[in-house]
Amino acid sequence: MTQLALVIDLNVCVGCQACVTSCKEWNTSGEAGPMGDQNPYGADPTGTFFNRVQTFEVGEFPNTETVHFPKSCLHCEDPPCVPVCPTGASYKRKEDGIVLVDYDKCIGCKYCSWACPYGARELDEQQQVMKKCTLCVDRIYDMTMAEADRKPSCVKACPTSARLFGDVHDPESAVSIAIRESGGYALMPEWGTHPANHYLPRRKTRIKIHEDELERADNPLKVDRQLPKPAMSEPTLDDVTTW
Amino acid sequence: MHPAFSVIFLTTLIGAAQGLFLALFTAQSYAAFKLLPQPDAHAFYGQGSLLALVLLVAGLAASFFHLGHPERAWRAAAKWRTSWLSREVIVLPAFMGVVFLYGLAHWLDWHPVLMTLPGGLPVDPSAILGVAGTVLAFALFVCTAMIYACLKFLAEWHSPLTVINYILLGGASGFTLAAAFAAATAPELVGFLAGWAAIITLLGLLSRGASLIRNARLKPKSTLQTAIGIKHPKIVQKTQGFMGGSFNTREFFHGRPVAVLRGVKWFFILGVFLVPLPLLLAGMQGGVALLAGAFAMQYLGLLAERWYFFAQANHPQNLYYQSIA
Repeated sequence: MTQLALVIDLNVCVGCQACVTSCKEWNTSGEAGPMGDQNPYGADPTGTFFNRVQTFEVGEFPNTETVHFPKSCLHCEDPPCVPVCPTGASYKRKEDGIVLVDYDKCIGCKYCSWACPYGARELDEQQQVMKKCTLCVDRIYDMTMAEADRKPSCVKACPTSARLFGDVHDPESAVSIAIRESGGYALMPEWGTHPANHYLPRRKTRIKIHEDELERADNPLKVDRQLPKPAMSEPTLDDVTTW
Repeated sequence: MHPAFSVIFLTTLIGAAQGLFLALFTAQSYAAFKLLPQPDAHAFYGQGSLLALVLLVAGLAASFFHLGHPERAWRAAAKWRTSWLSREVIVLPAFMGVVFLYGLAHWLDWHPVLMTLPGGLPVDPSAILGVAGTVLAFALFVCTAMIYACLKFLAEWHSPLTVINYILLGGASGFTLAAAFAAATAPELVGFLAGWAAIITLLGLLSRGASLIRNARLKPKSTLQTAIGIKHPKIVQKTQGFMGGSFNTREFFHGRPVAVLRGVKWFFILGVFLVPLPLLLAGMQGGVALLAGAFAMQYLGLLAERWYFFAQANHPQNLYYQSIA
């Protein structure tokens, strides 16, 4: 079974919001209808978004880290929003695991949004139906596009490649390897929703250099020299020859 | 959560209607076994059912204001296998239909004996409709309450106490209304109904009190650490990603100071339980004004109780919406 998902690398996300705007641009232009904005140029603008980038500060000054955290529907393997829907408008596709809303069946009762612990669903004030990330389902299967473009809009927009897209049920896919080898984790595991989207943690690149590694053990000049050994400050073969 | 008045009116109005119907049929059952005097069936059961039906229709009408697309409401009956909301959507009209037929049977004095129980007790259509209505009334209480109780990450709701509270509070307001109604139409039943109203109100005080105590001790399962998956004791949100509001900041926050919540809580404890109780006990001797006052007070209190029920529920998604920058 295929389960399409995003893997978001918090180690490289710089919080530029490109995924937010490209998501809005693609999805507001689609045949499913606009993602309405209210009062867009007023004092209190609001509107529908499928994707947001939030910023958290971890630690205490001066030992702090800024973590940019992109947040969208996680396409749970056991989505709690689907069984509560009274009309069947909310459903999970068998063929690829994408959780979708049928805008023509949705009655706008908001119950599914209560049943999502992540706050991934938003009621569109203009269309009065529940909306959420579709993993750009109208894009990833569009055969008129070049294969490289058949990816969610946010993935295409990310300048640091912090967003990976693929099948997390295929153990050889890039996303599965990233989850497996870079410590990918799910959000709020305590609710048993088994989100398909995973996040890769912050990683520190550290090199431990041992003392003996600073000295070339195979340096012929030093090996052949008479004792006592020359001081470390004296030139080595590397320093005096070019070959 | 942000309390929606459509749902507050829906749950309180149909709760009172269910309680009223249960009170009517309880009185009829007692009267059938000669434990109570037989009231004027036409006036008490017939008009009482009409009153219950009016409340049910008002509640149903209020519920439509909660929907973004009320014209598609019929679709909500589809997923009854998995959704408690869908089950409620089916049970509510079924209950309304039975209440209508029950009232009609009494209104038209249609009492043919369909069968006779072993004790020689005649069974007429109103008895069968009454039993069906009782089953549906309880089913509706369970459906309504389970809509909230089944959401496991809303810890304040995810408890059997939610179901017990909906049954007892709906029952209390319905029996209080039945007592006030009987004071006007069937004075011989007032003592019985007001007495039961007081008992159910007292039981409701115990169960609602228990849920208040339980909810005050809850420790949220989700934290900022599990929400973003970073293991550090000190995490602060610097920005939620936008400055204007969104559905997430409107639907899941009540936006009132703690003092308002505390005030509403004490208002409903007084209004639903402590004020109506002495009024009901005083009204057992009769007195339309006393009992009508008890119901008015209790219903106002229940509006506050339901508002508090929603406002108190703390949704884990709120962890993601703490800060604007």
